[in-house]
Amino acid sequence: MATTTPTQAHGQGKDVHGHGGHDHDHAHVPGLQHHFNTPEQQKEAATLGMWAFLITELMLFGGIFMAYIVYRWGFPVHFVDAATHLNTPLATLNTVVLLVSSLTVALSVHAAENGKMRRVLLLFGATIMLGFGFLGIKGYEYAEKFAHCNGYSTPIAWATGTGQHAVDECLVPGRAFLYPESHGATHGGEPAPAAPTTAGAPTPYQLFFLLYFMATGLHAIHMVIGITVMSVIGWMTWRGKFSPAYFNPIEIGGLYWHLIDIVWVFLFPLFYLI
Amino acid sequence: MRGFPIFPEQASTFAGPVDLLYFVLVGLSLLFAGVLPFVILWLIVRYHRSQKVDRSNPINSSLALELTWSIIPLILALGVFFWGAFLYIQMRTPPAQTLDIYVIGKQWMWHTQHPNGKRENNELHVPIGRPVRLIMTSQDVIHSFYVPEFRVKQDVLPGRYTTMWFEATKAGEYYLFCAEYCGTEHSRMGGRVVALSLADYEAWLTTQGPIILPDGSIDSGQPAISVDLGDPMAAAGQQLFASLGCAGCHRDDGGGVGPSLVGLFNSEGSFADGTTAVADENYLRESILNPNAKIVAGYPAVMPPYAGQVSEDQLNQLIAYIKSLAETDGN
Amino acid sequence: MATTALPQGYLRDDAPGAIAWLKSWLLTVDHKRIAILYLLAINFFFLLGGLAATVIRIELATPQGDLMSSDIYNRAFTLHGIIMIFFFLIPSIPAVLGNFLVPLMIGAKDLAFPRLNLLSWYIYMIGGIFALVAAVFGGVDTGWTFYTPFSSTYSNSNVILTIAGAFVMGFSSILTGINFIVTIHTMRAPGLTWFRLPLFIWSNYATSLIQVLATPVLSITLLLVAVERIWGVGIFDPALGGDPVLFQHLFWFYSHPAVYIMILPGMGVISEIISTFSRKRVFGYEFIAFSSLAIAILGFLVWGHHMFVSSQSVYSGLVFSFISMLVAIPSAIKVFNWTATLYKGSISYRTPMLYALGFIGLFVIGGLTGIFLGIVAVNIHVTDTYFVVAHFHYVMVGGAIMAYLGGIHFWWPKMTGRMYNEVWGGISALIIFVGFNMTFFPQFVLGYMGMPRRYHVYPEEFQILHVLSTAGASILAIGFIIPIIYLMLSLRTGKIAGDNPWEATGLEWKTTSPPPTFNFDTTPIVNEEAYAYPPDAPERDAAAWKPGSPL
Repeated sequence: MATTTPTQAHGQGKDVHGHGGHDHDHAHVPGLQHHFNTPEQQKEAATLGMWAFLITELMLFGGIFMAYIVYRWGFPVHFVDAATHLNTPLATLNTVVLLVSSLTVALSVHAAENGKMRRVLLLFGATIMLGFGFLGIKGYEYAEKFAHCNGYSTPIAWATGTGQHAVDECLVPGRAFLYPESHGATHGGEPAPAAPTTAGAPTPYQLFFLLYFMATGLHAIHMVIGITVMSVIGWMTWRGKFSPAYFNPIEIGGLYWHLIDIVWVFLFPLFYLI
Repeated sequence: MRGFPIFPEQASTFAGPVDLLYFVLVGLSLLFAGVLPFVILWLIVRYHRSQKVDRSNPINSSLALELTWSIIPLILALGVFFWGAFLYIQMRTPPAQTLDIYVIGKQWMWHTQHPNGKRENNELHVPIGRPVRLIMTSQDVIHSFYVPEFRVKQDVLPGRYTTMWFEATKAGEYYLFCAEYCGTEHSRMGGRVVALSLADYEAWLTTQGPIILPDGSIDSGQPAISVDLGDPMAAAGQQLFASLGCAGCHRDDGGGVGPSLVGLFNSEGSFADGTTAVADENYLRESILNPNAKIVAGYPAVMPPYAGQVSEDQLNQLIAYIKSLAETDGN
Repeated sequence: MATTALPQGYLRDDAPGAIAWLKSWLLTVDHKRIAILYLLAINFFFLLGGLAATVIRIELATPQGDLMSSDIYNRAFTLHGIIMIFFFLIPSIPAVLGNFLVPLMIGAKDLAFPRLNLLSWYIYMIGGIFALVAAVFGGVDTGWTFYTPFSSTYSNSNVILTIAGAFVMGFSSILTGINFIVTIHTMRAPGLTWFRLPLFIWSNYATSLIQVLATPVLSITLLLVAVERIWGVGIFDPALGGDPVLFQHLFWFYSHPAVYIMILPGMGVISEIISTFSRKRVFGYEFIAFSSLAIAILGFLVWGHHMFVSSQSVYSGLVFSFISMLVAIPSAIKVFNWTATLYKGSISYRTPMLYALGFIGLFVIGGLTGIFLGIVAVNIHVTDTYFVVAHFHYVMVGGAIMAYLGGIHFWWPKMTGRMYNEVWGGISALIIFVGFNMTFFPQFVLGYMGMPRRYHVYPEEFQILHVLSTAGASILAIGFIIPIIYLMLSLRTGKIAGDNPWEATGLEWKTTSPPPTFNFDTTPIVNEEAYAYPPDAPERDAAAWKPGSPL
């Protein structure tokens, strides 16, 4: 039978945790929750938990990717043509913004490791700003599409109400969806397929833009969550909650931020490039 | 009432083989589910704590045993899998010559049309001894065409054709069910399949029944189509082909803007993007409704889509006509 | 072992007033209290789903639709399916027994993320409230499968609310899965290596993997249905340019593995019970452990066997059929190993053991008929008929619910500190077994006769089998009500159980019943494998038996 013996040292389960036998006293370890035995255990749990969560996130986007793949396979010509209506330069800029923010996050984790909490704060500020920058650019992209639906050529014209013309394209899925009559550009020497002339007609184009809005919208929601998470952790840093001995939330938050980046790294080529 | 029902009638060529496989499965199941409970019963009685029996040297694992009870079921499972697989392939491969009947499902009725144009609601008359192929589509949600006595079932999807085939062996009336849940009156969406001898079937085809219009309603007036044994469904399709202006581009001699449709059905076509496909009913359907999905190599993509302009019923007739073009070509 | 006073343990009520008492439960982060919260909520949903089932069975006693309109009938079976699957079967064993036992069995003070655990319960409740509100305000008539385009375009019922309920519940399931995976990985007691873990932990681990990997796909699929329904943009409806079969692929990609979310934890419970009441180590421990993982992995590759007649190509039909045959093997391995455990054991017929033996019998039938359905040629005839209905009830009710009840009885003394009434326990186990078979065995015959499922009216010749089934269902209902009564009574009058009433191994029996808030006064150290009954344990147990001892 398994025996229950009083223990004080928590490093006995070497085969379990793989960490050395430090002698910890709970009361003096900052941030250690009561139900964990060692900070190592707590950190391992937090990191593993985040990874498991990231996998569920990938599966969530996986459903959309799956739908994308199925329909792209079904309507290759339409999808290639529809992609030309997205604002690739802005998206490229956004990709750069996100990659830089990944760098600032990675640097902040490194700084936390070395106990440079001021630098952590600075880098967090930069990350959050970049996050807002991404959302702003994305918002402009969306606004462009909505402006077209209302007969304006740019969101600025829409906001100021100048230069309204007849609606010749509306790429927002729904009853008003209208794919432009003739785009002119052809891909791979193939003729651009004729588009239906009636608004709201069910076409593969609409499917493309639906998937586009779903995927990028879901990604943007994650971005908002990411900014919130970073703000909270930043506030905790400012309150001096972390030290080189305990900065799990910074690491975990960083992992989440990287996930947002990685999803974008898949979304960007799928919708804008290929 | 047929008394206490145990087993459905066997009324198609599939019923025998499917039932045989089923009985073998039941037999194999009895080998496990019939024997195992008695083994367990024996064990729990013999080794109940009140029984003074030999319990020395209990074993906790045995690779030999594990392998035995993994490999034997695996072999049996694979055996029945291959049996079922060959039967399945046969059930999904219709013979070359079939009697094609078009089926449209909608909430909550079945509408069928025979090649000579005769229509039925919630009924399907078929000859025995002739392979029958159903070309089915739905106007709204997913339905499923199920004839238990024939052991066949196929989901009927909106927006595309699904097909199934069977050969009835026994004259009689059988249940027709909708097997995929389709809304409020799902359980009333059914009727009967009437299997007749070939002579009776042909007689039935030419009998003047109530006149059913394409939308399923009954016309009390005079018959709109002549009922004879020819192929009026294709003829109706030909008229449609002309009235929609298809014939202007798809000229039989191949000199039009679009490709000739003579001999098209079941041939392999190659497309502008380098892919190929066999021109089956679904291909024809797609090419009419959404012609730009697959563009035949060497032709411009100028055909307008007909989605929303032809009814499912008219589509069936157009396809019957295009198919007839392949048959007259000596196919 | 005999304790004279009931230890309070985690149930200790030291709150100064009613509000504080309520807070001590509703804001608890103790995994055991959360398990009790789940127990109450889940049993409520079980009764609700059972009520819907009762209505369905009464209606089906006659071939005409005389008790209710077909619209009401459709809403009733949809309610039954959604409640039973999303709000009872999926959370049942993991959220109640798993929550209570995973930390205890691995010698931890709590799950890795206690607050997340409480959050999961609240998310579950919010999802449940959505589903209830949808039901109260008219219900939903799509069937629990939400097949498009019916659900997205044609149905005039509360599809969105119900989808929201299932969607929200999914997050609860995901969070529980993450919590278990992390806990099992990082919080095992010193010396508790993977191959010393109880099989209940193995099966919960496999279940959690499925929950984490499959549930998000359901979430996104339901989200897409909602988008199509609200904005009328085509994803699944061909009239709007979508593909209805894509929905089925995505849906079953979750919902087939979900079947294993329901049955795998049950298999873990059975392993514990069989071992304890045979006084022997489980036969072939490693094979049972790995078969759980094999089922979890293969379970992801067989979703297409729900779609053999949905216009799938012959080729994919054959592939899915083939892999489905392979899933049968790990299940068979488990059944044989449980049977072999009985050999040379010292067997007692306690209530949990009766449930476990019933489980084996019913699961064998459920599993074997699964092979019928996995073979395409036979599947074509019996899919979407009562054959399928009978098959999955044999697995879900005969399997998962029998295991759930067996587990509740087995760990009842640990959860409450008191014993239930053993006589009534045995009687109700037998009633459930008989009632169950009477309800569902006739449905196999009905299915092969061709009776389609989800039918409100049916041809007269099927009536006799339906009447038999309805009669069985009333017996089954009685069988489910009896345990509720005697288990409640045991809370006041039950004998005090003591730490280890079954003389079982396992860390959960090493602490008091009910366990203290942090489970163990000192972190246990494990130096033995699971089920480490000494080789002569069966002999000694049998020798100690004399007339008058428990059977």
